[in-house]
Amino acid sequence: MRYLPLTDTDRAAMLETIGAATVDDLFVDVPEVARLDGPIRDLPMHASEMAVERHMKKLAAKNLVAGEVPFFLGAGAYRHHVPASVDTIIQRGEFLTAYTPYQPEIAQGTLQMLFEFQTQVARLYGCAVANASLYDGSTACWEAVAMATRVTRRKRAVLSGALHPHYAEVVRTMASFTGDEIADAQPAITAEPDLDGLMARIDDETACVVVQYPDILGRISDLTPVAEAAHAKGALLVVVNTEPVALGAIRSPGEMGADIVVGEGQSLGVGLQFGGPYLGLFAVRDPKHVRQMPGRLCGETTDAEGKRGFVLTLSTREQHIRREKATSNICTNSGLCALAFTVHMTLLGERGLRELAAENHRLACLAADRLAKVPGVKVLNTAFFNEFTLILEGKPAREIVRDLADRGVLGGVSLGRLYPGVAALEHALLVAVTETATQEDIEALARELEASIKESVA
Amino acid sequence: MNAPNQSGWKPAMIASEDGMHNGPATTTGNRALMLEEPLLFEIGRSDVTGVDLPPVDADAPTRLGALGRSEAIGLVGLTEPETVRHYTRLSRQNYGIDLGFFPLGSCTMKHNPRLNEKVARLPGFADVHPLSPQNAVQGALDVIHQLGGWLCTLTGMPAVAMSPKAGAHGELCGILAIRAAHEARGDAREVVLVPESAHGTNPATAAFANYRVEDIPATPEGRVDVAALKARLGPDVAAVMITNPNTCGLFEKDFREIADAVHAAGGYVYCDGANFNAIVGKVRPGDLGVDAMHINLHKTFSTPHGGGGPGSGPVVLSEALAPYAPLPFVRQQTDGTFYLVEEENREERGPSFGRMTAFHGQMGMFTRALTYMLSHGADGLKQVAEDAVLNANYILRSMEDILHAPFAGSGPCMHEALFGDKDFTGGLSTLDVAKGLIDEGYHPMTVYFPLVVHGAMLVEPTETESKATIDQFITAFRAVVERALAGDEALKQAPYYAPRRRLDETAAARKPKLAFEG
Repeated sequence: MRYLPLTDTDRAAMLETIGAATVDDLFVDVPEVARLDGPIRDLPMHASEMAVERHMKKLAAKNLVAGEVPFFLGAGAYRHHVPASVDTIIQRGEFLTAYTPYQPEIAQGTLQMLFEFQTQVARLYGCAVANASLYDGSTACWEAVAMATRVTRRKRAVLSGALHPHYAEVVRTMASFTGDEIADAQPAITAEPDLDGLMARIDDETACVVVQYPDILGRISDLTPVAEAAHAKGALLVVVNTEPVALGAIRSPGEMGADIVVGEGQSLGVGLQFGGPYLGLFAVRDPKHVRQMPGRLCGETTDAEGKRGFVLTLSTREQHIRREKATSNICTNSGLCALAFTVHMTLLGERGLRELAAENHRLACLAADRLAKVPGVKVLNTAFFNEFTLILEGKPAREIVRDLADRGVLGGVSLGRLYPGVAALEHALLVAVTETATQEDIEALARELEASIKESVA
Repeated sequence: MNAPNQSGWKPAMIASEDGMHNGPATTTGNRALMLEEPLLFEIGRSDVTGVDLPPVDADAPTRLGALGRSEAIGLVGLTEPETVRHYTRLSRQNYGIDLGFFPLGSCTMKHNPRLNEKVARLPGFADVHPLSPQNAVQGALDVIHQLGGWLCTLTGMPAVAMSPKAGAHGELCGILAIRAAHEARGDAREVVLVPESAHGTNPATAAFANYRVEDIPATPEGRVDVAALKARLGPDVAAVMITNPNTCGLFEKDFREIADAVHAAGGYVYCDGANFNAIVGKVRPGDLGVDAMHINLHKTFSTPHGGGGPGSGPVVLSEALAPYAPLPFVRQQTDGTFYLVEEENREERGPSFGRMTAFHGQMGMFTRALTYMLSHGADGLKQVAEDAVLNANYILRSMEDILHAPFAGSGPCMHEALFGDKDFTGGLSTLDVAKGLIDEGYHPMTVYFPLVVHGAMLVEPTETESKATIDQFITAFRAVVERALAGDEALKQAPYYAPRRRLDETAAARKPKLAFEG
């Protein structure tokens, strides 16, 4: 077995030192009833690297690869070009095979990287402090709600109807156990989000209002009035962002008055990976809220010789110290994904992120204009970044998506899949256009969409 | 792996008079291969980028409403060569398994096979969108299905929830399933019992699910006090959370008896599977009466720890809890194709307690873990547990003559050996031994955990270390312990040779500086 260095001679010598006759004597505390007499049945025996790779390649070959077809899926996971050096760096063994930096003297690489990551995220979000990452955007969203209930000592969260339905479902699930009250709504199919309706739902019992920006339909709007309305009632504004590239082109949530900003960082460095692992981002605008934050925080300090160094800090908030009184049960974060994000952000820099955002927006505008010319297609949004909603005639969008896949185009995410049973959303298709889309891809989508709708109407 | 050193070879070193081996100071602060590296924000520039993109056309029409960004973000960039060098230099200030022995107890720092990395990067896994039409992702769903099958077979459990993102998230999944099962019966139980040796995540998880947490004491031999636990059982106890093998490195030999008593009292048994590496392929937790157990794929199944995640924490469930598993789950149709049960499958979702995360779990970890399992097979996994346990017992018996081993008399340990600092003199403690080991070229063991032992040192060697590596570690560990027993003052200042000396954690917490300013 290529991963196990002990030889039978080693094993015999070690057993002798231990004073045991056989290795099974070391399992003497396992009750008889639970002891297996040999390798577990119904599982194959060990296999060579070549054989295993062959097995896994067969499975991989059964998936339609995003990069091999015209591709327009988003809804919380975006396909961007990741520079080659990102993967080179995250595969360095010193990063890949390290653990949480419990011994800071020999973990300055991870710690300094996390300090840079926290700074990048805080600045991107227009916030004072970001943590060292959470699991993903959806769990970060729940953690924001939970933090708001701690800060305000209230138990009601108002969710925008245009919050990603998976995120809303995670919040509802968690709240059903904590006893928090969640006021949610369905998204209205309108060109602009109904912020007045949202603000009307904030009351004196509200801990926070949660708004996605850009929202699940790709719409963007000024959230300053929502922040003011929330603050007037003593509530916090939580802004959720699922596409960090957007913030290279549009105002930051912090600038608009968001108190907690959370999001998905997958767009930068991480890749699609069929949904995980991803990267939860979490930041607060006001440093006074730092001690209520969940998750790991990296801070600057000095060593015994006065040299600058970094450590995990404020751990008295955390489970390994506070146990049942911790701000969260989170232990591991998403360290390697945070590294990928940071390396990608470093390669982009201010200039590159702005250029990347502008290129996404340019292509999305181009696609929206082209698709608006397809008979039976209407573009819903007035304003958007790189994702917008189409309203389609004919069959439900979900069937059209399947039809497009059969025609070799991954054309978008049908809102019918995200909101099962909501008739008003059945004909809505969410289309994301990033820098990876070519003009030919856009043309292919327009052409196949036209054909699909035509067949479905006929 | 450390140099085998069977010949007794040692690097030649000329000690200076103070014994510190310090030469003259350098102009740069660098020491040959040990290179100091500034912060990104001190070397990056706002107008530099390492990605070639079209320049922004300020006159291009936009549809951003009135939301176009006018303020600078405050980011800086580096070109590719600068970026690679910056992060390569940082990487060299890190200790990793690839560099040396990393016996961090309860974390299972085993070798991360590189085939796993290669497979996870196949475009058919890495470049697939989670919301692709299901007919376009049959291979991805098959991976989840196959991995789930392995986990159920290895644990002897009938069902598995694959979506939890890490061990603590898996704990939460199990406890939420338990709460949902009780509530479905209208049984409002309020208490979860947790042994005092448990991971901190256990009580934090139970508290999160709105349970009151009560501690169960340990016996002097390092196991759950069965009598105390039984005495506390009653109609208000929803569940017991037990780590097995436990954090003292011992198998809870009365687990079945505990499980039967908990079940008789109407409660459920949650097993923290963090230490599954000790028994994988040897013992099936399902045979011990477990109702729910998370499995850290980043421990037992070798997915990389990555400097603190991402992890992955699937949860195996008993028949009683399976109906409450969170969405989504993968099912196979009679024609062999796979589909996802999500919110829309109203009948099939049954009483599922809801959703814990967007999408379907840590796919990138699933491909790695499945690759690992296929590589080892049933025979290899059994050997994994045996070698892990053998290595740990070898360390225990090679140290117990000089280092306090509180439970050495309780029989063999499992995959980790626990020591305490009670015999150290001169005010020296576990922390000093840990820092002394850093100077010797090792990552220290887990320290001050579990809480039931004073100055705990939890050593988990794993199965992927050679006898030569372990022998060399024992030699170094004994030498450092001897210094602690003798009250060697110099140890209080260790490490001397790491990229940094001891860091002031108190100052960091008193006046937190959590982002670059300037």
